[in-house]
Amino acid sequence: MKQQHEVEQFLYRQSELLDTKQWQKWIDLFAADGIYWMPPDASYKTWDGQPAIFAEDKNLMKVRMLRVLHPDAWSQRPLWETNHVVSNVVIRKVAKNGDIEVASRFHMMELRRDDVRHFAGSYFHRLKKTKNGYAIKLQRVDMANAQAAYDYVLQVWV
Amino acid sequence: MGNLSDLSKMVEPDRVRKEVYTDAEIFEREMERIHETVWIYCGHDSQVPKAGDYCTVQIGRQPMIMVRGKDRKVNVLYNRCPHRGNLICGDRKGNTGDQFRCSYHAWTFHHDGKLKNIPMMESGYAGTRLNKDSPELCMKKAARVETYRGFVFASLSSSGPSLKEFLGESIVAFDDMCDRAPGGEVEVVPNCFRVIQHSNWKLFMENQIDALHPSVVHQSTGRAAHEVEKLLAKEAKSGEAPLSYHMLSAFATVTIDKWDNFQTINYPHGHCILTGYMGLRPQDPDTLAYDKIMIKAYGKKRFEEIVGVNIHHVLVYPGLSVQSPLQQLRAVRPLGVDRTLTEIWHFRLKGAPEAIYRRSLAYYNLVNSPATLINADDLENFWKCHTGLSSDGGDWVSFARHHGRDLEKDGVVSSAPNMGTSEAPMRNQMKAWAKFMKEAR
Ligand code: FES
Ligand SMILES: [Fe+2]
Repeated sequence: MKQQHEVEQFLYRQSELLDTKQWQKWIDLFAADGIYWMPPDASYKTWDGQPAIFAEDKNLMKVRMLRVLHPDAWSQRPLWETNHVVSNVVIRKVAKNGDIEVASRFHMMELRRDDVRHFAGSYFHRLKKTKNGYAIKLQRVDMANAQAAYDYVLQVWV
Repeated sequence: MGNLSDLSKMVEPDRVRKEVYTDAEIFEREMERIHETVWIYCGHDSQVPKAGDYCTVQIGRQPMIMVRGKDRKVNVLYNRCPHRGNLICGDRKGNTGDQFRCSYHAWTFHHDGKLKNIPMMESGYAGTRLNKDSPELCMKKAARVETYRGFVFASLSSSGPSLKEFLGESIVAFDDMCDRAPGGEVEVVPNCFRVIQHSNWKLFMENQIDALHPSVVHQSTGRAAHEVEKLLAKEAKSGEAPLSYHMLSAFATVTIDKWDNFQTINYPHGHCILTGYMGLRPQDPDTLAYDKIMIKAYGKKRFEEIVGVNIHHVLVYPGLSVQSPLQQLRAVRPLGVDRTLTEIWHFRLKGAPEAIYRRSLAYYNLVNSPATLINADDLENFWKCHTGLSSDGGDWVSFARHHGRDLEKDGVVSSAPNMGTSEAPMRNQMKAWAKFMKEAR
């Protein structure tokens, strides 16, 4: 019960950081060797050496963050907001050392200028137990829309 | 305005009327006279390895199917049932087995489009104008299909130059890509990134070889990557960050003035080569291992020729942008006068080490995926350009940069030395465009 609550709070906090554009804090949730991965479709087994919508370690996350913060990121100028809802949180596996695998579902509404887009799908988090909570070893994002044509692109993590 | 009758007044040597980009009638005409006439890229041989494998593809406004027959031949057919017009294939790819079967009344067809069977044909059609051999009972084929080094093209017009004649010098796009494989062949990486931009298709074609824009538009990513690159270089034993960071940081470190050192070479039919080597010849162990395999396959002299090819981008008018040194291409599918889909593919050099594949894969993911660090700002500009052009704030698009200074020889127009940012490619594309638009099929 306690663990379920902790994990849920962790996931909610992560999506809140995205919606409030606290990029560095979001990156800080990852372990030093953590990976954020969005495969092009659900059949992919690994991020390594394959096409990927996102396959980012913390260095690449930093590039992405610095880009969106740069004053000349033209596409960042217009009004742009997101709203994530995370739910269906199920702990799949707990290792002896406290590491956890957790599955959840998300729905994200994005507003860019006057256009609304919806992205939805599932998260898979492999979390490492740390002194004061969890660190993400791997976050896999399977979007229901992954194979659809993208009307415009994704600028930050989903 | 009656735009179609005024087409000849729309294109001047150094400027173009805005309606060329925004007028729906002109769009219909260019689909008919350009995209549905000339050779258009359908896909790669290796996308359909087995008999019955197919994928659907749009040529101009026409929904088409590229399918592998039992005879190994690749056919390109209209995705339309000759009965009442139903689409034959409703998804983007798959295997159709040994026949196509229409989902409406179960007519079946061979892989080359020939009618196989109609349920109760005898009783239903005896004495009518139709019988088993009537051509109007077959799926219609593209007028012409040709393949060059595995790249399949179709033309919906029965007349016109052959594929090789049409490609002319731009054929180097496919040679450069394939030659870089020890076996001289590439195969598709089975994934297509598809991104829609809210603009006319020509804005994409012009942007691909627009040497004036990268350091302006992609400054943010270039700077960001450069920051991290410096940190990583400091930490690395080799003193160098992974090459992918360099590919990104170059967007900022190659400043606008340096782009004048590059050159564009512009060919008949609107094709163009942007020179400028992509920095892919470092001396790291991966590259050296690759070089060794290549030298074994080709000999030292030929190897030097192959890896020395000086190409950044090849534009195959009207719908293909090839980055051959990185084995990737973008195919342009116009969806409407103000909407354009790009389909982005990556290829694997057959016989090359995994590390070489991974190197270009990094570019594919970082630059060409739907989470692109680069194209996000291009797409933003495409939309803004198209929206501005739709206004009454001006009538012309200017392509006057270095106009009159280009070098012309035998119909080939090159930007002059240190004038790589010449708008010659745009002028050349519009010259080809105007010619295509005049020619009735
Ligand atoms: S429409 Fe295809 S069988 Fe009738
Ligand atoms: Fe660009």
